[in-house]
Amino acid sequence: MSDRVATLRSRLTSWDSIIVVLTVLVLVVASFSVDNFGTSRNFTFMVLDLLPIILIALPMTMIIVTGEIDLSVASTLGLTSSMMGWLWNQGLSIESIIPLCIVIGAVCGVVNGFLITGLGLPSLAVTIGTLALYRGLAFVVLGDGAVADFPFDYTGWVTGTIGGGAVPNVLILIVALALIFGIVQHATPFGRSLYAIGANAQAAHFSGIRVARTKFWLYVVSGAVAGLVGVLWTLRYASARADNGAGLELAVVAAVLLGGVSIFGGKGSLPGVLAGVVLLTALQNALRLEDVSGQALNIVTGTLLVLSVLLPNVTTAVRGNWQRRKLRQAAATR
Amino acid sequence: MAEANARPEDQPTRRDEQPAEAGDGTAAQPAARSGDRSGARSGDRPARLEVHDVAKSFGAVAAVQGVSFPLYPGEAHALVGENGAGKSTIVKMLAGVHRPDTGTLRVDGVDVDFGGPGDAKAAGIAVIYQEPTLFPDLSVAENIAMGNQPLTKLRQLDRKAMNANAERLFRRLGVPLDPARPARGLSIADQQLVEIAKALSSEARVLIMDEPTAALSAVEVERLFSVVRSLRDEGAAIMFISHRFEEITALCERVTIMRDGKHVATELVADLSVDDMIRRMVGRDLSALFPKQDVDPGEVVLEVEGLSREGVFKDISFSVRSGEIVALAGLVGAGRSEVMQAVFGVDPYDTGTVKLHGRRLKKGSPRAAMAAGMALVPEDRRQQGLVMELSIERNVTLPRARKLARLGLLFGGSERAHAHTWTQKLQTKLGRLSDAVGTLSGGNQQKVVLAKWLATGPKLLIVDEPTRGIDVGTKAEVHRLMSSLAADGLAVVMVSSELPEVLGMADRVVVLREGRVAARLERAEATEESVMYAAMGQEVAA
Repeated sequence: MSDRVATLRSRLTSWDSIIVVLTVLVLVVASFSVDNFGTSRNFTFMVLDLLPIILIALPMTMIIVTGEIDLSVASTLGLTSSMMGWLWNQGLSIESIIPLCIVIGAVCGVVNGFLITGLGLPSLAVTIGTLALYRGLAFVVLGDGAVADFPFDYTGWVTGTIGGGAVPNVLILIVALALIFGIVQHATPFGRSLYAIGANAQAAHFSGIRVARTKFWLYVVSGAVAGLVGVLWTLRYASARADNGAGLELAVVAAVLLGGVSIFGGKGSLPGVLAGVVLLTALQNALRLEDVSGQALNIVTGTLLVLSVLLPNVTTAVRGNWQRRKLRQAAATR
Repeated sequence: MAEANARPEDQPTRRDEQPAEAGDGTAAQPAARSGDRSGARSGDRPARLEVHDVAKSFGAVAAVQGVSFPLYPGEAHALVGENGAGKSTIVKMLAGVHRPDTGTLRVDGVDVDFGGPGDAKAAGIAVIYQEPTLFPDLSVAENIAMGNQPLTKLRQLDRKAMNANAERLFRRLGVPLDPARPARGLSIADQQLVEIAKALSSEARVLIMDEPTAALSAVEVERLFSVVRSLRDEGAAIMFISHRFEEITALCERVTIMRDGKHVATELVADLSVDDMIRRMVGRDLSALFPKQDVDPGEVVLEVEGLSREGVFKDISFSVRSGEIVALAGLVGAGRSEVMQAVFGVDPYDTGTVKLHGRRLKKGSPRAAMAAGMALVPEDRRQQGLVMELSIERNVTLPRARKLARLGLLFGGSERAHAHTWTQKLQTKLGRLSDAVGTLSGGNQQKVVLAKWLATGPKLLIVDEPTRGIDVGTKAEVHRLMSSLAADGLAVVMVSSELPEVLGMADRVVVLREGRVAARLERAEATEESVMYAAMGQEVAA
């Protein structure tokens, strides 16, 4: 019984839960105090804003849990966007372009995965390299121009809502993918192995976990998702450009860390990350509605990120102190 | 294994218990303990260091409760107990790593509160760990001077003074080490001597040694002891932690025995036999330490033929039948662990074959080995056996997760039940299954590793140094377990550096030397001499 209480208490004071509570708080306060925040129109905008971050954050969370990182995702997005425009100009049908683009993203992931797990290079260095490489290729493909004449059936679907109501179409996609990734990460043997790899790769290897293979597939999935996001991004703005999504990788990593995932691997949960993404987007959206400048937005995001790393340490220190004092008092009255 | 919970009728009395004091204000004078034999030798001097009624808990586990003992200058004091008895916690409190929850530490009669290792060092306490922590790329002299380097007038590091200082310390210790050489490449024994020199240079008056001899050869132990004895005679207070009783009798005057985090007794070593000490440590008699039952071996389970790996081992062949325990003996570095890791697939090999039940195993795939019914309890518990940050539950279920899943999904209950069953079977002492496995004592961690692998239902169990750094009580439990598993038809390969363990447990002994099979001995042929002769080659013909 007390066992369950203790588990519950530690679960409630963990960063994952704090961030979920914080997110709900921001949403509630903003919908009451910020004009237009709670409108269905603004809700659609918010969902479209967080769409790229949240989708890329799903595989990114797994990669960071294994103690690695993928910084090339935004460039993969840019490359698929360019390819999408180029293929459209070649006269291919949109129905064949979309799966092709996802495959292109996956191939980018295969290259990352091979360099990291096949040749054993550090993922930070490799993906900084491919970040530049894929973006460069994107410009080779499309140059400075843009392709804009995608069919309205598709661009309209991305920005539209279900039956013209309040629920954006892409929300279905987000919920479905988040559910799949959440179940894989938290309720499958594969998900369990990610945490073991991140915390102690050698012990994982000794337990029969195929460490390299696992990481390789994570990069492939990460590339494929980045490819999908490249398609969605292009359709949303009805514009295929080489510089689409530039800098997005930092927003994704920031959101994942804000969600309580340890940059050293082995720790973190997907609900925390989802809350982290929503918190960041909602806060930026609300501040923008209040006409706060872009620089100020960056300051808020940065501060939040530092706090997310700082606060968990502070809470454990405080909790430890409090426990010690209690024990001392108990001993004094004995 | 039922005896593990049994308690003896004659609870050892706490003869050396501190007299109850009116309050913390009165200075503790151990001399006041009149009529206490253990205090007779040193009772006329005040304690250099005193541990007074300290307690420390980690989560739900009370690691140390109400432990008190004094440490006198000019005395070597042993601290013994099973793994999990709280010795390491005491050391960490004295080193300033942990703060006691309650109780006080006193240095020269004054209460101290260590905020960190620096405070303990400033109070003159130096700790030497089993594995020394030197900077490998700095010179020996620089390592010794670390923290208070001498400077020249131009505020540059004064290497000359550093080297001279190190030279002087080494002469005092009587060891021939070159101060200018880098620390990298020193033997563990020499590294420990450097640590001692470092302690001396910071004028430590209390020297705490946590299992310093675990990785040393007999000659190195003797050299270490002569250094420690001379320090003791110069007035240093020594606290010595070891699982080897012959070392305690050779070095120490007094011994403090702990069990389950509590103080059992502090006595003169001369007054206790080894049996007395063991009985008080485990709270019961240990009749048979190595109880391998005789079993008629069954069919051949494992066949290793001509296994070679360039520069590591060559042409290794042996087989194991069900019900048999085959020991791989040899010196450290003979390639025993490497061979077994190649057999299990965590390491590659170049040529040769590994067959389990007559079927050839895929090379370099632990997963294939596991599927065929092999399990490996590795040598290094912290790096290879367990994921320390993960919970006990997750560790036990790690190799089993795919079997526990229903339709590919894992939902709480099955994992918890599995972990509960197997930790109970091995009588693991734990708080909650959701606690990080790193919070357990060494012996209990080893039980978690065993639980993790026995739960996979292996046909062949490989155990690499199964009782290293484990107390006598758990050790006997592990031996009894291995014996009963073999009796049930399991084939066991045991890598061990402890001769009594090899001789007591093994049906057959394969001795490796420098990566090759040096001898194959039947149980009747295996003696201390025959195994060591094979392991060392011609050198110990005498």
